[in-house]
Amino acid sequence: MSLIRLQNVTRLYQMGAETIHALRGVSLEVERGEYVAIMGPSGSGKSTLMNLLGCLDTATSGLYELNGTNVSELDDNQLAEIRNREIGFVFQTFNLLPRANALRNVELPLIYSGLPAGERLERAREVLASVGLGDRMHHRPNEMSGGQRQRVAIARALVNRPSIVLADEPTGNLDSKTGDEIMALLDVLSGKGNTIFLVTHEEDVARRARRVIRIRDGLIASDDAVRKAGAAA
Amino acid sequence: MNIFTEIKEGLFIAWEAIVANKMRAALTTLGIIVGIVSVTLMGAAIDGLNRSFHESVSMMGADVLFAGRMSWFINSMDDWIKQSKRRVITYDQVKAVEKQLTLAGAVAPVVQTTLSVRYNNRNADGVMVFGTTEQFQATGGLDVAQGRFLSVGDAAGGRPVCVIGNDVATNLFGRESPLGKRIRVGSIWLEVVGVLEKRGSFMGMASMDEQAIVPIQQFLIGYGRNPDFQIHVKARDLTRLEDAKEELRSALRKVRHIAPGEPDDFAIGQQEQVIQMFNRLAGTIAAVGLAVTGLSLFVGGIGIMNIMFVSVAERTREIGVRKAIGARRRTILLQFLMEAAGICLLGGLTGLGIAYGLTLLMSKFFPASLSLPVTVLALGVSLLTGVVSGFLPAWRAARMDPVEALRNE
Repeated sequence: MSLIRLQNVTRLYQMGAETIHALRGVSLEVERGEYVAIMGPSGSGKSTLMNLLGCLDTATSGLYELNGTNVSELDDNQLAEIRNREIGFVFQTFNLLPRANALRNVELPLIYSGLPAGERLERAREVLASVGLGDRMHHRPNEMSGGQRQRVAIARALVNRPSIVLADEPTGNLDSKTGDEIMALLDVLSGKGNTIFLVTHEEDVARRARRVIRIRDGLIASDDAVRKAGAAA
Repeated sequence: MNIFTEIKEGLFIAWEAIVANKMRAALTTLGIIVGIVSVTLMGAAIDGLNRSFHESVSMMGADVLFAGRMSWFINSMDDWIKQSKRRVITYDQVKAVEKQLTLAGAVAPVVQTTLSVRYNNRNADGVMVFGTTEQFQATGGLDVAQGRFLSVGDAAGGRPVCVIGNDVATNLFGRESPLGKRIRVGSIWLEVVGVLEKRGSFMGMASMDEQAIVPIQQFLIGYGRNPDFQIHVKARDLTRLEDAKEELRSALRKVRHIAPGEPDDFAIGQQEQVIQMFNRLAGTIAAVGLAVTGLSLFVGGIGIMNIMFVSVAERTREIGVRKAIGARRRTILLQFLMEAAGICLLGGLTGLGIAYGLTLLMSKFFPASLSLPVTVLALGVSLLTGVVSGFLPAWRAARMDPVEALRNE
């Protein structure tokens, strides 16, 4: 069974008297362990699709099954629980809590899932070490570089062992060298079997994934496997 | 996630938020501090007044009836004029009444005036002088510190002796023993045979220690032939106080020749009336006072609500992130409620500290004290103010759409 199954999903927004069709009927299946890039110009509906996949938003019509659960029928609190357990978010602007140090930022999802303090700390330390920040645990976000901040964010996304990691333009606020490092980290995570969604508008970033879905006008325009340039040469 | 970790986490976040905005928290707290200080002081004042009243009134004795020409509490000018035209109660009437009372344990005729008292070159002004009998010790519940009280012989024979209150003794004699000394009370010389135990003042006003008690005959000779008498009656049995009162009333009507159907031309007072009167008065003071001070707390609460709306707006993005990571509505609600409650509790504690100092100062002039119930009430009220005024902002935060919140810059 697929990890993710979307069936004819639509999403309408009411803007005053006007109705905006952000998604006009998207169907999609993603298996566990896939590395999927989502591309599309702004206004194409890719953000809406991301929000739906991340359970931040619900579809107007259609079916969304995540890990066997029909997410379209859940209420606010149940969605919060799904986000907590099944989804790890990585944002373009990191979105760390400014007053909390790295360790506390990473610990946060575990607090919300009700883990005892000892286990929380142990797991947060472990994950921070695995993204290469073992020596930065007690630094606050403003004491770290952009790349380090994004690593903290990735650690936070991974700490609750989610089914999918959603990375929304994770390199958008980084210089190209740091961006490459972050992409390399995502490659490693994918190699370890994590399911990753990567939203980007940069072709060479998207090429790191193994499947590219292009959205246009609220519909899937194309859905292709990526041929590895290195392998062809 | 269980409610306990949620509260712990909420407290931590609230503390962080308060520390991050120290100045803002301090200014917001000011409103609550003012409110709590005024509520607490009000409570302390009412409390102190109550306590000192009940201590004072217990001196009166619950089982004692006080009959006199006029009532204690007169509600209108007309009543007052009417009552002041009543005939005085004479000594003969008192003696006649006394013979008829069967339920009385002690009956004392009492006349009263205010005089200055002199010993050698020392003077005490404004001393209450009572003319009465040995029965006054029982009706007034008096204890003798030195010497003895008036005897039956003193009272009947009108011997030139007196018993003085504790303050009169210290004022006139210092460390010297007053017993056997002759003092001048008004225009006559009397020998001191006893000094009363210290009793304290009545509601911070009339001191019960500034009195002199002289035999009734001596009073009549020295200070007036035909004064207006009061009758103090101590009931033999507290449970039959009402019967004793009725007996006293009918005896007085008989000796004053009041025809059936005519109203009494005298009044009988007792401790209970004073307590009722006081409770009514204290209730009014409390209601008005708390309404006024409650208003200042209300204004403080509005300040909290205002600042919490700002706090929520500032942290819209943080709310979005927390929701994305898995915070439920309840978690966010609790977080902001605790921030508001925390600010108010800090204000409450500060306010209590200030109020404590002020109460100490106040207690020098006024019977005020900061009791545990008032303290608990003040903290409870400040916490409640926080929760109530923080609820709307917290509710708004809890219901935010995560997508919208994350988009917020």
